[in-house]
Amino acid sequence: MATIQVTGENEQHPDVALVASARTGDVQAFETLVNKYDRQIFRIAQHITQNREDAQDVVQDAFLKAYEKLDQFQGNSKFYTWLVRIAVNESLMRLRKRRTGKMVSIDEDIETDEGSVPRDLADWSPNPEQNYGQAELAEILRKTIQGLPLGFRVVFQLRDVEGLSTEETAESLGLSVPAVKSRLLRARLQLRERLSRYFRMKKAGEK
Amino acid sequence: MTCSEFLALLDDLIDDSVSVETRSQIREHLSGCEHCEVTLNTTRKTIEIYRSHQVYELPNSVRDRLRAAIMARCKNGC
Ligand SMILES: [Zn+2]
Repeated sequence: MATIQVTGENEQHPDVALVASARTGDVQAFETLVNKYDRQIFRIAQHITQNREDAQDVVQDAFLKAYEKLDQFQGNSKFYTWLVRIAVNESLMRLRKRRTGKMVSIDEDIETDEGSVPRDLADWSPNPEQNYGQAELAEILRKTIQGLPLGFRVVFQLRDVEGLSTEETAESLGLSVPAVKSRLLRARLQLRERLSRYFRMKKAGEK
Repeated sequence: MTCSEFLALLDDLIDDSVSVETRSQIREHLSGCEHCEVTLNTTRKTIEIYRSHQVYELPNSVRDRLRAAIMARCKNGC
């Protein structure tokens, strides 16, 4: 039976109790955490590595590392934020291995004006989904976000899709809050501009 | 308010963190500027579409396999 929980100021995040139990050796509690966050961790890892096998390995390694380091986890951030930070670092390590010699960094700022002045101004907003099949739409969305610089797509994914706050995104990426904000705006505008190229075509002839 | 001033406030507007006063200035700009209105609508829709259509999903069979591997290692003290 579902119970109704009243969340107040002093209400603990449900993960706090799970982490405490896992620390005392309750593997079941840890399994609950794995079940809760494995999909998010996979998505984040895949956005960084852009490689399915690497992303699966990251899921495994990130949870094992978290389990190992559970004692070091300070309660002043959320378990999820802490876990994302571990996963981001593991993902970057794998990416660096694959791209030896290439600079791989979320920190590196990309000077780009792309999207910063919106150019494509067809209003496709009401319902672009209805013009595409599921697979076709998924392919467009995937290609579009894959084309963004690493730091942009990860900030967008964490902040806008996975629901982390600006501060949590900054913490898990090791970036400053202003850096997250500036990347988020540019990521949103670039995605908007790039999606416009697809969606406006289907709009043509409608008006 | 100019278009670039509007653009600088776009994120705060989308994230619902602008003051009442700024909000009314924005509304005034939008009522006379179709470009910014379209930018706002399509940016909102961009976020919404990525939220409702995950581009990467972990198949259940893989989830089960990964979880089993993780838990086996945890039970052995990693
Ligand atoms: Zn304007």
